[in-house]
Amino acid sequence: MSVQPLLSMRGIDKSFGVAPALIGASLDVMPGEVMALIGQNGAGKSTMIKVLNGYCGKDGGDITFDGKPWAAASPQAAQRSGVSTIFQEINLIPFRSVTENIYLGREIRNAAGFLKWRSMHEGARALLAAFAVNIDVGAPLGHFSTAIQQMVAIARAVSFNAKLVIMDESTSSLDEQEVGVLFQTIRQLKAQGVSVIFVSHKLDELYKVCDRVTVMRDGRTVAVAEMTEMTKLQLVACMLGRDLADVRKQGATAFSTAAHAAGAEILVVDHLAVGRRVSDARLSIRKGEIVGLAGLLGSGRTETARAIFGADDHQAGSIRYDGRPVRFREPREAIAAGLGFCSEDRKHEGIVPGMSVRENLTLALLPALSRSGVVDETRQRQIVDRFIKDIGIKCASPEQPIRELSGGNQQKVLLARWLCMNPKLLIFDEPTRGIDVGAKAEIQKLIRRLADDGLGVLMISSEIEEIVEGADRTFVLRDGATVAEFDRSTASEHALMSVMAHGEGA
Amino acid sequence: MSVGVESPLAPAPGRGKLTGPGIGQGGARAATILRRFGSLIALAALILLNLALTPHFATMQTLSVNLTQICTIVIVGVGMTLVIATGGIDLSVGSLMAIAGALAPGFFTGALFHGTNLYVNIALSIIVPVGVAGLFGLFNGWLVSHFRIQPIIATLVLFIAGRGIAQVWTNGDLQVFKMPEFQAIALGHVLGVPFQVWIMLALVVVSAWILRRTVFGRQILAVGGNEPAARLAGVPVSRVKRLVYVASGLCSGIAGLIVIAMNSAADANLIGMGMELDAIAAVAVGGTLLSGGRATIVGTLIGAMIIQLVRYTLLANGVPDSAALIAKAVLIVFAVWLQRQERA
Repeated sequence: MSVQPLLSMRGIDKSFGVAPALIGASLDVMPGEVMALIGQNGAGKSTMIKVLNGYCGKDGGDITFDGKPWAAASPQAAQRSGVSTIFQEINLIPFRSVTENIYLGREIRNAAGFLKWRSMHEGARALLAAFAVNIDVGAPLGHFSTAIQQMVAIARAVSFNAKLVIMDESTSSLDEQEVGVLFQTIRQLKAQGVSVIFVSHKLDELYKVCDRVTVMRDGRTVAVAEMTEMTKLQLVACMLGRDLADVRKQGATAFSTAAHAAGAEILVVDHLAVGRRVSDARLSIRKGEIVGLAGLLGSGRTETARAIFGADDHQAGSIRYDGRPVRFREPREAIAAGLGFCSEDRKHEGIVPGMSVRENLTLALLPALSRSGVVDETRQRQIVDRFIKDIGIKCASPEQPIRELSGGNQQKVLLARWLCMNPKLLIFDEPTRGIDVGAKAEIQKLIRRLADDGLGVLMISSEIEEIVEGADRTFVLRDGATVAEFDRSTASEHALMSVMAHGEGA
Repeated sequence: MSVGVESPLAPAPGRGKLTGPGIGQGGARAATILRRFGSLIALAALILLNLALTPHFATMQTLSVNLTQICTIVIVGVGMTLVIATGGIDLSVGSLMAIAGALAPGFFTGALFHGTNLYVNIALSIIVPVGVAGLFGLFNGWLVSHFRIQPIIATLVLFIAGRGIAQVWTNGDLQVFKMPEFQAIALGHVLGVPFQVWIMLALVVVSAWILRRTVFGRQILAVGGNEPAARLAGVPVSRVKRLVYVASGLCSGIAGLIVIAMNSAADANLIGMGMELDAIAAVAVGGTLLSGGRATIVGTLIGAMIIQLVRYTLLANGVPDSAALIAKAVLIVFAVWLQRQERA
């Protein structure tokens, strides 16, 4: 076999500031091949794509495309040279017509510089017809379904004579039927000799449409294989960085694995449906218990947690808290009932960057800290000082702006924000993501201590050992539905990954 | 972000940041000082410059003239600061001033209300128009919080319609009146200082205290600093937003009354014309972050003083008003530039 790869990326390095995003990563795509690119959050998929399509530069490594060295200056330049990217959020203009969107930036003009509408409309119609899409090309793009908009984006890409189309989570906002149409289109591209890089978190989809798969983890390419050669379980193990033969390893986390006595049920969630992402989530938490919520990216873990906390509305299902049915319309109501929620996105949903440690710590407590609306600053200082000491927040002073703290210390402040409320139930979404090893262990210990003191804890984590070792019970979500429940005796990394991959109980 | 494998021997988080001054800390400190006291330093420099240049500068007369000039701007600016602190903006302030100004004379001319007691009439002529302006502010807040309309568009509605309402109310006529007891709010003096200056100072002190010490004040800054985080921490984001627009409406109402009291006339076509831009300029020059999350009411007062004093300096030294406008623009550009520097 002497077919040259269409695209060859070798030894790609890229750092943002001091944080390395890609470390010697590689990616090969053959002509007419559909290549799956998978990995967890932060594995480097998006960076890889951005380096390829010229959105950002690379620090090191070589890219060859179509037999020539490749260096795109921008996504637009990449598009002109045959690499088109279709982003998760479609980046076309919803208010302009389909034709205008397809011809955006390369409109057909006559000698006087006026637009030749008729030939443009005809061109657009013919282009879409090749994908069996027959729509009014004069209508605004926003009038059509997301799937059709995707088709238009793909048609636009193809009309640039694309040799390689990159689809970044294209299916995440499509329903089942629309996904079918999209796959049809991908097969058609393949038949025309166009290569596709397909980024998705839904494993089942990969097997339907992809030829090979590239798995990334922590900025490295960790596996490349024929799709048929890898089982779903192998894929999951590979993404999470667990060795299948050696999943039973000793404690990597600071959770003690002793059994813990649990009290009465504090939260029971049944048949919860939230938007498109969650269809049938079920879980329960008892007092004094850490309940793990596991699942792959996009399985609906965060959406489930946000719905419980009242941050998002749910369409169906029931939530019972402390023995009675509840439906919190705002986080404020959930907080008043004794819940707390640490978001996975510290920067955008956790800290108020310009405010001090003191103010961030007491943000939720403020109403209780006031006398007729005026903040009792003496009490505020006492509480802040106590928590800074108790959980070891390292800051120059309580008045230091929180944005100057390290990730681990920011997380501790956010933890303290809830602890000072004396909550009954805390939800942690990725409590240790992006936190260095030392602080991570401290936070894990703290969570355990809280549960031992009688608090109910729901912990979402992508780190499988954190779940296996930390959680007393674990529920696994897959494509928005709870597919399995484990307790300490049954939970193992192998069993969890197996359920994440296949869906049925181990 | 990907988390590389880190050595457990790595220093504890934050420690590196705390011990020993990092590189460029001196520069950072200078920037902090400039940020906190920059507007104050500028004001002091302007005063010193005038003491040297402008004849008869250090007189009560000068102080009175300049303070009276900025009164309404600062009063409106107080409300504007609160709105901007949440990350919003209120374009309707001038129109709300016109509405309040157009309503008030009706109470003592008898067109709206026939009270026998003069002081009841005057009380009503203050409370009702200010209240109405507050209600229109509530309307702004409702558009912004309930429908999530961008504040600049939401308040554009009343920027346009508000003046129309005032004009329809007065049939576009000038309402001339003479009511010394009412006009005292602008023309009266206490301890030799115009009464309107006292109103301004009271509003500045009270709202600065609210922003600094109350739950509401801290919630305003939290909403402006990071809205999703504030919501997840239980801050009633919608209510906070509604209330700041109400505050802005109330402030505009008060300013509208001062304007008509000074002029002995209410002209719906002119009251508060261009006020939104003067107020925003004062807020920006004063050091409040236009994207929200950091605000200073006293800064707004100083900002208005700086703008006024630059204009006064130029006028007193024979520069025409048209050129003074350019100086004002340069000042605003400089203030915004300064804000951008520290963010980088």
